[in-house]
Amino acid sequence: MKRKALKAAFPYTLPICVGFLFLGISYGFLMRSKGFSFVYPLCTSLFIFAGSMEFVTVELLLSAFHPLHAFLLALMVNARHLFYGLSMLQKYRGTGWKKLYLIFGMCDESFSINCTVTPPPDVDKGWFMFFVTLLNHIYWVTGATLGALLGYFIHFDTTGIEFVMTALFVVMFINQWEESKDHRPALAGLGCSLLCLVVFGSSQFIVPSMALIVLSFLLGRRKLEQEANQ
Amino acid sequence: MTTTQSILTILAVVLATMLTRFLPFLIFPEGKTPPAPVTYLGTVLPYAVIGLLVVYCLKDAVFTAWHGLPELIAIAFIVVLHKWRKNTLLSIAAGTVLYMVLVQNFFVSITT
Repeated sequence: MKRKALKAAFPYTLPICVGFLFLGISYGFLMRSKGFSFVYPLCTSLFIFAGSMEFVTVELLLSAFHPLHAFLLALMVNARHLFYGLSMLQKYRGTGWKKLYLIFGMCDESFSINCTVTPPPDVDKGWFMFFVTLLNHIYWVTGATLGALLGYFIHFDTTGIEFVMTALFVVMFINQWEESKDHRPALAGLGCSLLCLVVFGSSQFIVPSMALIVLSFLLGRRKLEQEANQ
Repeated sequence: MTTTQSILTILAVVLATMLTRFLPFLIFPEGKTPPAPVTYLGTVLPYAVIGLLVVYCLKDAVFTAWHGLPELIAIAFIVVLHKWRKNTLLSIAAGTVLYMVLVQNFFVSITT
């Protein structure tokens, strides 16, 4: 039963494998180039297992110690998981002990496969989703650790390598932009953050930005409802 | 930052990440439906957060002597390349390499 589920899950994870190894290696290499031992990317990729937040964590580790700020930022960056969870309430039901791991490892990519793919009828659904999550987890940890280990042997001027994070988010932004008709949420995110950056400065703007974004959405939603009712 | 502080920082991030993943399953154990504002935030927040992260990446560049010019060039390049080839990994790799070339050769005096 397990072997069958693994065989069914593997092809779906192949594209993720390529992407995760590439990004993971960049991430591990970035951390190493900032002076961290390979143990750091190994642990963050294993325990956080949320790509964008791990990149942000590098930045957090390099600035002043502020765990509450780190906690709030991670909450906001990963808030989308709340809604992945809401969509998976039904699907993860009845998967026994595997449910704990399925929730723990619910990164964007595992979610997108488990949410959209229906395994063949003779394959156990729980084990299928378990292996999708596990394989993705393995690719990511392998990539991150490998990248950091490479950093010990390969030496070149790495000035500017941290831009890989900016590039990642810019590309995600474009992808999201192209797949949605309503650009207001994306523009609200950019606009609120830019406004708060100017008002509060670079070290203080994150929390006000988050608050402003949530507030504008809650007010915007009410306005949309009023318009719909008129 | 000391090692202990680093571990605490990573723990804070792990804790918050796990909270976002486990909370829905704790609040809505058996078929309870979430309220409308929560569901609405779920549809719009993912888009806004990426915008916030882009700004977060550029937060310090804006206040340097170049005012984010190399970043702007690299981002413009990524946008054009990504619209053209639509290859996520290629856009990330090429954009990063271009940026590294820019800051190592043309914007040297100020970025280092």
